[in-house]
Amino acid sequence: MSLFEARNVTKQFGSFKALDNVSISVPEQCIYGLLGPNGAGKTTLIRIINQITGPDAGELYLNDRKLLPEDVISIGYLPEERGLYRKMKVGEQAVYFAQLKGLSKAEAMRRLKYWFKKLDIVDWWGKKVEELSKGMQQKVQFITTILHEPKLIIFDEPFTGFDPVNANTIKNEILFLRERGATIIFSTHNMASVEELCDNITLIDKAKTILEGSVDEIRRNWAANEYDLVFSGNVKIEGNGQYQVLKQELDNDKSIIRLKTTNSIGTNDILTNLMKSGTILSFNQALPSMNEIFIRVVESKN
Amino acid sequence: MNKTSVIIKREYMTRVRKKSFIIMTLLAPVLMAALFVLPTLLMMNQDKQFKKIAVVGDGSVIFRNAITNTKDAEYVYLDNVNVNDLKKNFQQAGYYGILYIAPELATTPNAIQLFSKKQPPIDLLEHIEGSLEKEIERQKLLGYNIKDLDDILKSIRTKVSVQTIKIDESGKTTETSTGIAMAVAYIGGFLMYMLVFMFGSQVMRGVIEEKTSRVVEVIISSVKPVQLMMGKIVGIALVGLTQFLIWIALTGAIVVVVKTVVLDKANVTQVTQMIPQNVLSGDQSQPATTGTSVNAVQANPQLAEFSKMFDSAMHQNWLLIITSFIFYFITGYLLYASVFAAIGSAVDSETDTQQFMLPVTIPIILGLFVAIGTMQNPESSISFWFSMIPLTSPIVMMARIPFEVPGWQIALSMGIMVITFLAFVWMAAKIYRTGILMYGKKSSWKEMWKWLRYSG
Repeated sequence: MSLFEARNVTKQFGSFKALDNVSISVPEQCIYGLLGPNGAGKTTLIRIINQITGPDAGELYLNDRKLLPEDVISIGYLPEERGLYRKMKVGEQAVYFAQLKGLSKAEAMRRLKYWFKKLDIVDWWGKKVEELSKGMQQKVQFITTILHEPKLIIFDEPFTGFDPVNANTIKNEILFLRERGATIIFSTHNMASVEELCDNITLIDKAKTILEGSVDEIRRNWAANEYDLVFSGNVKIEGNGQYQVLKQELDNDKSIIRLKTTNSIGTNDILTNLMKSGTILSFNQALPSMNEIFIRVVESKN
Repeated sequence: MNKTSVIIKREYMTRVRKKSFIIMTLLAPVLMAALFVLPTLLMMNQDKQFKKIAVVGDGSVIFRNAITNTKDAEYVYLDNVNVNDLKKNFQQAGYYGILYIAPELATTPNAIQLFSKKQPPIDLLEHIEGSLEKEIERQKLLGYNIKDLDDILKSIRTKVSVQTIKIDESGKTTETSTGIAMAVAYIGGFLMYMLVFMFGSQVMRGVIEEKTSRVVEVIISSVKPVQLMMGKIVGIALVGLTQFLIWIALTGAIVVVVKTVVLDKANVTQVTQMIPQNVLSGDQSQPATTGTSVNAVQANPQLAEFSKMFDSAMHQNWLLIITSFIFYFITGYLLYASVFAAIGSAVDSETDTQQFMLPVTIPIILGLFVAIGTMQNPESSISFWFSMIPLTSPIVMMARIPFEVPGWQIALSMGIMVITFLAFVWMAAKIYRTGILMYGKKSSWKEMWKWLRYSG
């Protein structure tokens, strides 16, 4: 059952078309990636989902019924750039945003105290936002995004500009939210995070959808019959009519080899062949990275 | 709690707690009162200094005793004294100054000099000049050999002072003071201009801040744009009203203090030199205002003026003035604030707003000019029309009200204001809704007009 659906969404700004007949279908408790080059239309779609702006054509559905203004309470939004009042105090501001989402002041305070303690930022309550670093601000804004326990959470480029440690924290937070029952949509350029987190994706370029589906499926579809093999010890393999050796290297008493096979040969046959050469430690299909797929798809359309 | 009220509350609280607000609110009435009260206090203090003036000169025989002693100064006529000697040691001799009169004073008006260490007060000079002028005129008249000249002169001496009295339908009379009406008109108009501008631009700055810090995107994912816009406008309006009401309360308190402390003290010190006016004229039916103020009149003309102004100031129709002010402030502010909000949504930074400021400021300044003209001529057709046109009416109508405007005109002007500000708010909301999410677009009136047409 899909939690959220956008059907045939089109949006135009004057003569510029930002979205052209774009549809996405987000299953419940799915982590959904929105990918695309800069200016593709991702942020516009995100704004439409958040009802910040309305589509010129198309419909939006939440839990199989039309999306309504009241539904904002079920949706959390973390925009790309820090959206906080610089001169306002952290605690006060968090309560304000929670109230705008529909929480009562008392309830907001209760939940905030819990979260501040959990993330160990109780000291920041009385500080002005401008006194915090970018990473700290993001933490605060993360709390304001999820305080009202939304079913659908949308992050616009959550990894941009963060060091690996912070990016990792964000990644863990996203997984944690999914475990608690939320459904997540995020847009990103960070393809590693896409591989690690996303179940499904949509790739948008120049206002149109050019790729969509589950990450595993896509990678397998783009798989080019390449396999990774690890032998114990120093083993050398030679190519033949059925496969060619793309690269091999020795690493800590292990031989790592990448093969490219022709379509005619099955994996079992390859294994039977290679078992003769040595002790196989691991053997798996080498799926292309999302990064490669992204580049290939976008370039092929242009 | 309804979401717009949450926004209003936040906009209000963040501004009211700022130090700048607290200082402005408390300081301004104190400064205003000081500006008004201090000169009077200074005048009174100077009076206490008793001055002894030595009058010398080759003409002093002619002008002997022409200058009468007053309660502040005694004129000592010295004979056979060398002015230059006296100049060196007049202070030790206890004189405040030396008045040197040359014999040709009758024909040469400035043949008279006052030497003193300090700058002499104006009323001292006026007294000397007045006395000597009268004496010279008297002497010239003597030359015509009119019989009983001195008695005739005494009997014709008069002092005219017009008392303005307002008369209403029932024939009841109250004193007025044109000066006060003008002051109220001027202050009302100017205050309106300042407040509308001050708070209107606060709206604009708030909108720009939210746009540049991207807060607006987060908020618009929770509420509709028009809710944010109106919440901000209303919240800031409440800040303005709060400030205004505190000003009124503080000014009122200061006025009461001044009236009881300053004026009554003056009355007490003058009491020995009083001749109560109503006793002299035997007329007990005069309004109370003239009674108390006249006590001080005999001895101190400046204090009398102050007292008279004060009492007639109390007789202005304050209820009408204050309620009209509040009405025009609210509607004028709402009108201009919505324009400011629209402009704020169209720019990316405060510097870009400059091109818009001029067209917005022009009606306000025009209103001020017409208001000033209104004080000279409250019934002119320019005053009438500009008190109806919604962009200028808050200022111009406020300037007209102290001068008795017919009720239907006030009602018409107010009605037009309400319709206009509603229209402006509606247009501004449409521009705002599109503008706050547009970045990098060249800001111009044309661009804003385009957004007005977007259906959203």
